[in-house]
Amino acid sequence: MSRATAGERSRAFLLVAPLLLFLAVFFLWPLGAMVTAAVSDEAVSTVMPRTAEAMADWDGAGLPPQPVQRALVEDLRAADDQQALGEAVRRLNSAVSGFRTLLTRTAGAARDAADPGAVSLPAVDPRWEQPRFWLALKAAVPRYTDRNLLAAVDLRRDADGAIVNADPEAAANRVIMARTFLVAATVTLACAAIGLPYAMLAAAATGWVRAALLMAVLLPLWTSLLVRTAAWFILLQNEGLINGALQAIGLIEEPLPLIFNRLGVVIAMTHVLLPFMVLPIYSVLLSVPRNLMPAAASMGAGPLRAFWHVLLPLSLPGLLSGSLLVFMVAIGYYITPALVGGAGDQMISSVIAFYATGTANWGMAGALGLILLTVTTLLYLVYGRLSRSPQLPGA
Amino acid sequence: MRSAKRLALIGCLSCLLGAFGAQDGQARDLTVVSWGGNYQDAQRKIYFEPFSKLSGKPVLDESWDGGIGVIAAKVKAGVPNWDVVQVEAEELALGCADGFYEKLDWSKLGGKESFLPAAVSDCGVGAIVWSTALSYDAGKLTTAPTSWADFWNVEKFPGKRGLRRGPKYALEFALMADGVPADKVYETLGTPAGVDRAFKKLDALKPHIVWWESGAQPLQLLASGEVVMTSAYNGRISGINKSEGKNFKVVWPGSVYAVDSWVVLKDSPNRQAGMDFIAFASKAENQAKLPDYIAYGLPNKQAASAVPAALQGDLPTTPKNLEGTLALDADFWVDNIEELNARFNAWLAR
Repeated sequence: MSRATAGERSRAFLLVAPLLLFLAVFFLWPLGAMVTAAVSDEAVSTVMPRTAEAMADWDGAGLPPQPVQRALVEDLRAADDQQALGEAVRRLNSAVSGFRTLLTRTAGAARDAADPGAVSLPAVDPRWEQPRFWLALKAAVPRYTDRNLLAAVDLRRDADGAIVNADPEAAANRVIMARTFLVAATVTLACAAIGLPYAMLAAAATGWVRAALLMAVLLPLWTSLLVRTAAWFILLQNEGLINGALQAIGLIEEPLPLIFNRLGVVIAMTHVLLPFMVLPIYSVLLSVPRNLMPAAASMGAGPLRAFWHVLLPLSLPGLLSGSLLVFMVAIGYYITPALVGGAGDQMISSVIAFYATGTANWGMAGALGLILLTVTTLLYLVYGRLSRSPQLPGA
Repeated sequence: MRSAKRLALIGCLSCLLGAFGAQDGQARDLTVVSWGGNYQDAQRKIYFEPFSKLSGKPVLDESWDGGIGVIAAKVKAGVPNWDVVQVEAEELALGCADGFYEKLDWSKLGGKESFLPAAVSDCGVGAIVWSTALSYDAGKLTTAPTSWADFWNVEKFPGKRGLRRGPKYALEFALMADGVPADKVYETLGTPAGVDRAFKKLDALKPHIVWWESGAQPLQLLASGEVVMTSAYNGRISGINKSEGKNFKVVWPGSVYAVDSWVVLKDSPNRQAGMDFIAFASKAENQAKLPDYIAYGLPNKQAASAVPAALQGDLPTTPKNLEGTLALDADFWVDNIEELNARFNAWLAR
């Protein structure tokens, strides 16, 4: 072995540099931005430095003293960056509904007043007499916060700073998160149940049969997700092809509820994700020598036994990576549940999308994404342990 | 050899830099963003293409599904890649307050008094008046439903109902079904008891509701018979009647109408062209062509009065159709959407 010279090493580095750059720009940087968005809370302290300072002296009981109120008026008077102010308003309104109109009105009064000291906030808007608005303002002053992360799992801090459950009337993230994993797991199982025999069939077949079988898996993969989902819509609806056919041959009287429920979501998602299960298993099976099954038979194993002790263990790596792939893709699903699911089938991505594009609450979107990422990473680690264990069951 | 390689590398790098640099320097085509479907097809014919011909510059059009987050992301990127966007009332209010839009010069648009009051703002000028209304297939329903109370009455009208997923509209309709008059709806929703009342009313209908999200879905649901009634955008209903010969009907009393507006994104490189486009699309003679294609009301008063009587019957702005309707309260939703959406999601999940 010759020792690599510095030049060779740097050339090797140059070769992987595009990859590293790609990872940094398209993976690490967005990830970092997401984490930062989830925990940083600088919108209010940036625009209202005086208020932030004055707040430090207020213990949060009753209404804040006059200096705090005056600092707020001065901050609003001085705020000239409309976008930064907007961000602060959005942050506050997300904590207490109504802050938006309240601050817009107050900022207007603060700007118009000749003497900032003479502005009486309760006179501008009586809502300033409610401590909850002031408490929300105080809570928004620190530069870092765990409120998004807590809210993502339906928790919040009460007035004393203790972590408590959020109001059950408005807390659904845990339920939706659990549902997301349940749907993803169901789809993974369904894909495995269909994908394993299918891949075995495809690997055992030859010539045009194999080509046709693979084509049947690949063709849908090349079709837009939206089109495939819409196709299921046509098949599954009450007056759709499936119900129509079943009714025509007299098997059922009333149409079966196949769409706008969990069943529809699982059927459509299984179809969409099946290629991700079939292809890894198929590629693993291709490397299995064809004479193993006859060999097992020659030693007295029946077809079932040979499958159980020879073929299944050998296809397990493919099954595992296929399952992981399907599961990971499935938890992020959004369009399919929205189109063929019912009200109780929406997954966590739709909540993330609501915060990201609907209300521009990127902190909340980041926090939910982070929770999803954490759980997924944990699952991946478990998978890593499983696939590394040398003794496969039955081997 | 080595120097040749280095030269090639430098060449490549400068090529890359050049490509990036050129993008900055070169002005993009004017990009106008609207809501897709047959509505945008109409806009292309009467606004985009004629304006492009007039100004001699190409106009690109894209479509979107709303959301202030989308606008915020574009503007915060520094130089937005959209110029003119048609926004809903809440996005107009939010974005205008947060400085996402350029201020308009109303003297170029013919003055504020030429437009409906709801279509006038510092940052936007009304593009259409549109309505979300109870719709049904008159070919299938023999008795016509007339109100949201009928929508809730599953004994008289058995079958599923379609509603837009989300608290907006659903809560308004629920209160009206519960007997709250249109002009008291937002007053009631402003109190916690009113919100409880709306959710309680929704509870009663929950098992019968199919939730939709995009504007084309309710048409499909009605056409396939999946639902007997649904809330839908009025323009799409008359559009499908015309294009596919359906007999879908709109129940005007109890409908909620809103104004969509044109805005120019802050720091758009095509600011001037964008302003010119908005002025062009707001001209009475141009706007008056719209109802030929799609039944939306016109914010320009002169354009509205120029619409032929035959087309007036389908417009949400026709006085007869305005009776008993409700104007969407953008301020209410701007303040409450996040809290009510969380509650709505929790309610759905139960």
